[in-house]
Amino acid sequence: METAHKEASGVTKTEEAPNYLNHESGIWSWLTTLDHKRIGIMYAWAVAFFFLVGGLLALAVRMELFGPGETIMGPDAYNQTFTLHGIIMIFLFLVPATPAVLGNFVLPIQLGAKDVAFPRLNLASWYIYMIGAFTAIAAILLGDIDTGWTFYAPYSLQQGSAVIIMTASVFVIGFSSILTGMNMIVTIHKMRAPGLTWNRLPLFVWSIYATSIVQILATPVIGITMLLLIFEQVLQIGIFDPALGGDPILFQHFFWFYSHPAVYIMILPGFGIISELIATFSRHRVFGYRAIALSSVAIAMLGFLVWGHHMFVSGQSAVSSIIFSLITFLIGIPSGIKIFNWIATMYKGSIWLQTPMLYALSFLFLFTIGGLTGIVVGVLALDIHLHDTYFVVGHFHYVMMGGMVMALLGGVHYWWPKMTGRMYNETAGKIAVALIFVGFNLTFFSQLIMGTKGMPRRYYDYLEQFTALHQVSTIGSWILAAGLFLVMGYGLYSLVRGKKAPANPWGAATLEWTNVAAIPDPHNFKRTPLVTRGPYDFHLADEVFGGGDGAGDGAAVRAPDAAPPAPEPKTAQ
Amino acid sequence: MATDTAVATPEADESHAHHPPHLQHHFVSSEQQFDSAKLGMWLFLITEILLFSGMFVAYTVYRAWHPEAFTEASATLDWVLGGVNTLVLLGSSFTVALSIHFAQKDDRMKAFWNLIATLALAGVFMVIKYFEWTAKFEHGVFPAGFFDPHGGYYETLASIPYTGQFFSIYFVMTGIHGLHVLIGMGVIGWIAWRTFRGHFSSEYYTPIEITGLYWHLVDIIWIFLFPLLYLV
Repeated sequence: METAHKEASGVTKTEEAPNYLNHESGIWSWLTTLDHKRIGIMYAWAVAFFFLVGGLLALAVRMELFGPGETIMGPDAYNQTFTLHGIIMIFLFLVPATPAVLGNFVLPIQLGAKDVAFPRLNLASWYIYMIGAFTAIAAILLGDIDTGWTFYAPYSLQQGSAVIIMTASVFVIGFSSILTGMNMIVTIHKMRAPGLTWNRLPLFVWSIYATSIVQILATPVIGITMLLLIFEQVLQIGIFDPALGGDPILFQHFFWFYSHPAVYIMILPGFGIISELIATFSRHRVFGYRAIALSSVAIAMLGFLVWGHHMFVSGQSAVSSIIFSLITFLIGIPSGIKIFNWIATMYKGSIWLQTPMLYALSFLFLFTIGGLTGIVVGVLALDIHLHDTYFVVGHFHYVMMGGMVMALLGGVHYWWPKMTGRMYNETAGKIAVALIFVGFNLTFFSQLIMGTKGMPRRYYDYLEQFTALHQVSTIGSWILAAGLFLVMGYGLYSLVRGKKAPANPWGAATLEWTNVAAIPDPHNFKRTPLVTRGPYDFHLADEVFGGGDGAGDGAAVRAPDAAPPAPEPKTAQ
Repeated sequence: MATDTAVATPEADESHAHHPPHLQHHFVSSEQQFDSAKLGMWLFLITEILLFSGMFVAYTVYRAWHPEAFTEASATLDWVLGGVNTLVLLGSSFTVALSIHFAQKDDRMKAFWNLIATLALAGVFMVIKYFEWTAKFEHGVFPAGFFDPHGGYYETLASIPYTGQFFSIYFVMTGIHGLHVLIGMGVIGWIAWRTFRGHFSSEYYTPIEITGLYWHLVDIIWIFLFPLLYLV
């Protein structure tokens, strides 16, 4: 039946029901929209653009390291390239990506709400993000930022106005992050559909809740840190600058008080996505629902107490190092709970290996490596050896890219039909996963090995003995890039020519699939749903595949029934 | 993609007749909207506290390292002016609370005049702050890098290391606090104008309520700043 629609119907026909994409048209209707779905899409374009830019910079860094000495750029250009890669990927891509794109688009629908609690603030947060992004671009054009994404004082204080503008940009983007977090928390507290109790929330909602707590508690601290750094340069307040009697270590404390929790801002939403993917594609209720939900909150809380593990070699007191190391180990517990629960969820499930599930499986593999190497660098004695080596780079990328980006890609594939109303090419999707998985491991496992052999991070040049490993890493980055460009290619193709998606191609059980049209209505629901069951109630699992072979067109999927409409409220007061 | 403009607005099939005008369409009830706004404001206040907490940590660290510099430098601040300002802000918190009370009682003009009183007290605070700052500037008391104290008692500060850090922290903390006062004045002015125009009633006074919450926070931060900077 999809073929009848395909392409022939075009977009000018009026047969399409009004949906959030076509009920208003024109660029102005997008720029002034208060619809959480459209704001999510606008974030998606911006975030995807910066992911592309940051990715190209990463390719340039790897290219330069293909051989010792100068390959394609000089040392100054190299320092600026890896700095921009870090700043763009962290502040413009990873932090906003999942909460602002998928959180915005999916979360209110999963709650059975018409919109987030504060739609105008939501739009404002997008504009603030864009202002921050343009400020960052201005700083890049002014040039000469080679501080790394950490802006450590006193070096960053000697770098002139470009660094001031860049730190101002981080300050501004922080506001956008805070506003999104506030919006999400209030939405989760106040906008749930009737019957949607806390124990019935989809785990994606729980993970965004935990993320938002971190956003609200940590982001103001990076705000004041960046502000103090600016004051330090402009007004010479002498807090961080040792030349004026300040303490650069204090900057590191302030910076990591945000930036360690910030990695949980980046990874926690990924946990939520993975929970959704594994439950849906295993046709199985999530094992240990509460444990997964509360371990997100536990990670969010413990994440505030470990910042000192970035500073084991900074000269902080031995006692505090030991405490920070201990709490770092503790974070392994809730993370491990999650991994085991996801695996247990798959046990005796009917696993359907569609592209999103392949990303979820890749995540389990890569994130486990990332997490365990994290414990390794949290060990005091080992960290003296591994500090500032490629081992740290490898660990960080295993968590952030192997963990978060894999989860994000899985989530984008999973919700792609809902966001665009079209299917992507499943075969191309599977090829891309394979390329990304292989390329990723080549790129970053070689870095873990290099790190243990003592290759320092951020170095422009290296000894002959590291050449082979660096070349493996660079070749891996090409394979990784090929996979990502393939995703971009079939994604764009799908926007124009993709098959029309049914309302619930995966047979998922959460509200955005069961109770919403293929492309959501501007108000999401015709009638507010009444939630009568948990989010992963696949009690019809035997019939789910209904004679289909799980080939991936969604036609044979038997979806869980829609939730009934809620009774009309008696009065509007 | 979306070229179809002839689609009927989706509101058509829903009855909006019974909605009060202030109720935004995505809320079910006024209570839900009011509670959401209040929760949002409380969360925002938490971020404000964390913003200031960075500066309080800097204060604590430098005070612990250089207590003698802080004692000497603190003595140059006028506790009388600071105390007056504390009373002024406490009074303004009282008036803003009264304005919420009168808004709940549907007493529009009393709510309005209490907001104006709040605005006036905030103005008094800023004027006193202005005189305090300029008095320091006249004696060359600037943040650490430009610290060059001269004249009278200030001469002694020059010989004590790290007094400049105290004034850095003093200017940054009171400066950012003052910025919050100025922003608060703008918001209160706008809310007062809307109150005067009769936008609020006992059914809908959310903006006054959350502005009041913000203003109490500005007050509370000053209540911590005053003893830490002026008295101890």
